[in-house]
Amino acid sequence: MLYREAGQFISHYRADQRLFRLRQDRIGFYLLLASAFVLVPYCGNDYWFSAILIPFLVLSLAGMGLNFLTGYAGQLSLGSAAFMAVGAFSAYNFNLRVEGLPFLLSILLGGVVAGLTGVIFGLPSLKIKGFYVLVSTLAAQFFVQWVFTNFAWFSNDSSSGVITAPPLQVFGLDLSSPAGRYLLTLTIVTALGLLAANIVRSELGRNWMAVRDMDTAAAVIGIAIPKTKLLAFAISSFYLGIAGSLWAFTYLGTVEPHGFDINRSFQILFIIIIGGMGSILGNFLGAAFIVLFPVLMSHIANGLLAGVIDAGHLENFQKIVFGMLIIGFLIKEPNGLASIWQTFRQQLRVWPLRY
Amino acid sequence: MNTTQPLPPPLLQLEHISLSFKAVKAITNISFAVQPGEICALIGPNGAGKSSLLNVINGVYRPDEGAISYNGETLHIMQPQHAAERGIARTFQNIALFKGMTVLDNVLTGRNLHVHSSWLEQVFNLGRAPQEAVRQRKKAEEIIDFLDIQPWRNSVVGNLPYGLQKRVELGRALAAEPKLLLLDEPMAGMNAEEKQEMSRFILATQREFTTTIVLIEHDIGVVMTLSNHVVVLDYGKKIGDGKPEEVRQNPQVIAAYLGTKH
Repeated sequence: MLYREAGQFISHYRADQRLFRLRQDRIGFYLLLASAFVLVPYCGNDYWFSAILIPFLVLSLAGMGLNFLTGYAGQLSLGSAAFMAVGAFSAYNFNLRVEGLPFLLSILLGGVVAGLTGVIFGLPSLKIKGFYVLVSTLAAQFFVQWVFTNFAWFSNDSSSGVITAPPLQVFGLDLSSPAGRYLLTLTIVTALGLLAANIVRSELGRNWMAVRDMDTAAAVIGIAIPKTKLLAFAISSFYLGIAGSLWAFTYLGTVEPHGFDINRSFQILFIIIIGGMGSILGNFLGAAFIVLFPVLMSHIANGLLAGVIDAGHLENFQKIVFGMLIIGFLIKEPNGLASIWQTFRQQLRVWPLRY
Repeated sequence: MNTTQPLPPPLLQLEHISLSFKAVKAITNISFAVQPGEICALIGPNGAGKSSLLNVINGVYRPDEGAISYNGETLHIMQPQHAAERGIARTFQNIALFKGMTVLDNVLTGRNLHVHSSWLEQVFNLGRAPQEAVRQRKKAEEIIDFLDIQPWRNSVVGNLPYGLQKRVELGRALAAEPKLLLLDEPMAGMNAEEKQEMSRFILATQREFTTTIVLIEHDIGVVMTLSNHVVVLDYGKKIGDGKPEEVRQNPQVIAAYLGTKH
């Protein structure tokens, strides 16, 4: 009953193009934002900030990055973690080597460097298609990790390439407490999330989807394919680069190149597959699933089976269940969690009728 | 026909076009001209080279020999994108819509050459981008109204029935405001009623937008009523060219379509 659109008339194209067309959606979104910014910092504890909320937000952002490239522009990638690493290590070096560079600006520049790296590894996609593009991004994954491990300059000659977060100072505020790091991450992710929603509804987003759905037809109607693909690589890697910086500085504090290995790339790919390809909301849902589900599983397992099975086996057992759940879930709903939400929302709108 | 009046220069002129795929000759030495504002039908049995000829005109294939002049300029090598920039739009025999996008988004992509804002303006929705989005939407809605597809504006194209998809594809082509529209079997697989509807849209396009149309069609009844000019192909060669009623009397055309006693 709450979810009625009766009486809401759209009489301008601009109103029709806004992010949330329904008043209920808008109010819900504002409430969500308000509680995330005001309520959660008061109620949350350090465990929730550091172990759940921050990784959830950072992985959502990384998911957005990959979703631009794979979900919207249709270019497969297994190099997400490499671009995250480039972002993190560039931001670290900018902060280290440029005197007095503000923290936020270092992160931004790290994202730009990651974006440019993405363009370079995206160049082969102009000549090759489909699964073969995967090889190029896989090359990025191994090459970047190798560079950061073997050239100590990037980590300021620290042992085994470990980099440490610079002081988290923003406009004179010290944000190094868990709640501060949470708020910093939340602000950046919210801003980039709104920007993402705008990008995918713009001309650029349409061109990406056109290239994804049928690139010959896109060329025939005049879309510049090379530019469109390279912009997808650039913006995707920019987002991933920012996510990498946040992963290193607001979540972990210290990180080594190994923290951005191919398993991380797979994790981000799973986020967009579970959450939903070609959906901004899906990244958040997928990231929540990936972060929360293992926590839930271990609580259940420790509560029910503690002492019955030994801890090592329990951990492997959790992985098996997790994998099976993903498979089962994708058979039931190949379009991801975002699509389940869409269906649910549609049912709410027409309730109590069926359609 | 009044022969004293000089003909206007043709919009599209093909001269001695030949195209082969390895050893197979798809098109052999074909020349014809399309006058501005006319509907020109390309007909012929399967494999006669009709679709290949359309692909040559909009730059998907590059001819081995011959020249194409369009709007007074001679085109040597054309990329599909160059053809689009010059105002040549087309539809495909097997629908080539963007299946995961809505009808509205598909029509809007057709207008991409009329977009002037840069990608940075679009990303941040600043500068020229917001006004342009509204302007593009207005134009897209005009096409949607013209083709009577308002109820499906926000439907994902892949879920629509075949006949509607054909109409949306015409809409995407029209959104580009083309000077020359190439339609590859716009009525394939349609029933009589749908064919009639599509014919109406094609005639209305010619009349309202003064678009020149080259179309491929197998239904001779439709061809004879729609077109001002018919070109007949068989085995990659031109065997007839003229007004519909002339072509119908042409013995070679009758032979190609009905067969003759040898």
